[in-house]
Amino acid sequence: MSGSVETQSSGAAKALLEIDRLSLSIHGKPIMTDLSLSIAPGEIVALTGESGSGKSMTALAAMGLLPHAARCTGALRLDGTDLLGLSEDRLCGIRGREIGMIFQEPMTALNPVMRIGDQVAETILVHRAMGRAAARARAAEVLARVGLPPERVPPARFPHELSGGQRQRVVIAMAIALRPRLLIADEPTTALDVTTQAQILDLLRDLVRAEGMGLMMITHDLAVVSEMADRIAVMRGGEIVEQGSTRALFAQMRHPYTRQLFDASGHRADLPQARAGAPLLRVAEVTRSYPGPRRALFAPRPGLIAVNGVSFDIRRGERVGLVGESGCGKSTLARAILGLEPVQAGEITLDGQPVLSHGRPDPEVRRRVQVVFQDPYGSFNPRHKVGRLVSEPFHLLPDPPRGAARDRAIAEALTAVGLEPGHAESYIHAFSGGQRQRIAIARALIIRPELVIFDEAVSALDVRVRAQILDLIADLSRQYGLTYLFISHDLSVVRGITDRVLVMRAGEIVEQGPTEAVFDKPGHWYTKSLLAAAPILPRLSGGGDKDAEQPVA
Amino acid sequence: MLAYALKRLAFLAISLVVASLVIFLVVEVAPGDPASYMLGINARPDTVAALRAELGLDLPKHERYLSWLAGMLRGDFGTSYTYRAPVAQMVAERLWVSLPLALYALTLSTLIAFPAGIYAAARRGRAGDMGVMAATQLGIAVPNFWFAMLLVLLFALKLRWFSAGGFPGWETPLLGLKALTLPALALALPQAAILARVMRSSLIDILHEDFIRTARAKGLSRRQALWRHGVRNALIPVLTIIGLQFSFLLAGAIIIEQVFFLPGLGRLIFQAITQRDLIVVESVVMLLVFAVIAVNFLTDLAYAAADPRLRSRT
Repeated sequence: MSGSVETQSSGAAKALLEIDRLSLSIHGKPIMTDLSLSIAPGEIVALTGESGSGKSMTALAAMGLLPHAARCTGALRLDGTDLLGLSEDRLCGIRGREIGMIFQEPMTALNPVMRIGDQVAETILVHRAMGRAAARARAAEVLARVGLPPERVPPARFPHELSGGQRQRVVIAMAIALRPRLLIADEPTTALDVTTQAQILDLLRDLVRAEGMGLMMITHDLAVVSEMADRIAVMRGGEIVEQGSTRALFAQMRHPYTRQLFDASGHRADLPQARAGAPLLRVAEVTRSYPGPRRALFAPRPGLIAVNGVSFDIRRGERVGLVGESGCGKSTLARAILGLEPVQAGEITLDGQPVLSHGRPDPEVRRRVQVVFQDPYGSFNPRHKVGRLVSEPFHLLPDPPRGAARDRAIAEALTAVGLEPGHAESYIHAFSGGQRQRIAIARALIIRPELVIFDEAVSALDVRVRAQILDLIADLSRQYGLTYLFISHDLSVVRGITDRVLVMRAGEIVEQGPTEAVFDKPGHWYTKSLLAAAPILPRLSGGGDKDAEQPVA
Repeated sequence: MLAYALKRLAFLAISLVVASLVIFLVVEVAPGDPASYMLGINARPDTVAALRAELGLDLPKHERYLSWLAGMLRGDFGTSYTYRAPVAQMVAERLWVSLPLALYALTLSTLIAFPAGIYAAARRGRAGDMGVMAATQLGIAVPNFWFAMLLVLLFALKLRWFSAGGFPGWETPLLGLKALTLPALALALPQAAILARVMRSSLIDILHEDFIRTARAKGLSRRQALWRHGVRNALIPVLTIIGLQFSFLLAGAIIIEQVFFLPGLGRLIFQAITQRDLIVVESVVMLLVFAVIAVNFLTDLAYAAADPRLRSRT
């Protein structure tokens, strides 16, 4: 398969990939209808939309990796050849060679028992493009190209010896080893930290420009889209509702759905004025370390310090944010505040009472703190009805309400989060992700805690749902005068929902202060680099489209 | 990797010491005095006392434990109370039957289970898979001595390919192997059924992993992805089962040994228990414990060979 250069030069806008009225159904249920899209060599086209809109299915269709039950009509042409009509054998020859694919989860996308160099070389070997030695050399070269030079990250490493960002680089190396003409990246940076995300996006942009590849980039993140893509297609319910060049699309937003997505992405809840009172939570010089693996048989075990001498206060009525990248110790700190982790040094007190007494959480203190986790499904027992799930914290009370009083409390909690009292009789699987998170909030609030911890509580949600949940938190704040600690890796979310922010890095709080002040004038270099790395939504200035520099978020 | 192996080895030594202590104490508290048992109920007390002295039963417990332990380290397992023969020799003779039988059965079981499990996983939900699942269900449900009897009926009595039982010894290795074939097969079939099911479900789980999809995106066919990326990752639970099965096969073959008249360890320990031959019981049990712990050690090493993530976790 050579001669792409000729075909390219014959027409300036000759499409590399052309999707022509593609429709797809699984077991008779339509998944995609009349999808048309084209990607030229060297062009970055972004597919965006919420979960379930059919973005990933489009990518899998282009790879010929759809589930067995999928039925397609229409055409999907790569350089004029319709991929839908090809045999599995021919498709195996195209995958990896003509089309490379990058996946969302770098942690699980690599074979854990195979060396990274071998995994990259496999792409070359399976297509019999080179001999074994040449393939190894090329693998090392590609790994160096994606930022993993052999002297720093030898190809003999196993995936578990690499960080998430490094693993994603390996996945990219596998995809580009044979210089495919089309690259498909399905949420390539969603699982990564902002600073790593910025590096990976740079790498992808660079590869596409240097090698003249076409890139189909799938992402739900409009800010990433606006920074990366030449053209954008907005998908909803298996259809493209709007597509066009990035600039024109953001300038016009002809379809109301595009507008909704955009608004929700930059949404900032209307948070009432804080009524900060007496100190409620006091974290004083807290250190939490874990014993690491022993280096030698009888050597002492080196400690892994997750939280290192952290101190801060939260006053009654205050809304405090905690930001930092994965592994910085945010969640360990949250668990320590909940009394779920012993600490090696320092003390955590709520209203003067330690959360841990004699190595066990003090129930007196425990009931005054509640938590909402990231995964709204995983934190519920699927066999219990919502009423029982919501009333779970009652077991912390010495004298929990029973009978009608209990039902009243459940109804009140569900109503407060925008659900119906009748929902108490349903099971959790009947609810959408956003509704589940509302139920999680209802569960946290039912015993009127004095402090709520939101641990990445909106990170798994689609933008529009996320906006609704943030509004809900602001509303509840207004009604009940909540005090909370809002933990997130997402700076724009924290900015809209907190009064004060703590920035955490490698177990230490490197900067803290009023949210607006920290975001506008960051003092610490780390805060600056976080803010610089975060992708920014273009600013809309009355139909104008220039200078997308000013952050909205 | 070396640190990992050394650590496992240290665990092995500690386990052995603990096991020897437990076995010694359990046999100690078991009712019945071997000396009076050997001499019968009509024996005169001074004869019993003399025999007790001869057997060393009148020494303090800790001395007897230490001398038993020291003896075993030298390869001296003591003298059987009933047969008046060195236990080491008796056990060694039996081991020459039981160990090859266990290895033979394990090899057969693996040879049957791997292809069956992989085949079923690759054809999940289709006719081939259902056939394998039905066969393994049968293999688990039917007891191995029933298989043994069917095998004897078919291959020994009807076709006359194998003899129905007995063991000619290892003078002619091929004849010895032939004599062990039917018993090994009878032992292997139920084990293979279990192993095939574990292989199948483990591989099906692995085939849903993201890295299989990555492999497919590189251009590997379904079959290539299964063999190159699936099987090795599916091995960990399979290795666990293989380790457990070997321990069982070594000592648990007692019924099969009966059916085929094989002079194996299982029959030896059975006879020793009925005759209160405590020194034989102690020695054989200790030997089996050693075998199980050694197999666990090998399984641990096999884990580390199969999965690099375990090597760094010492």
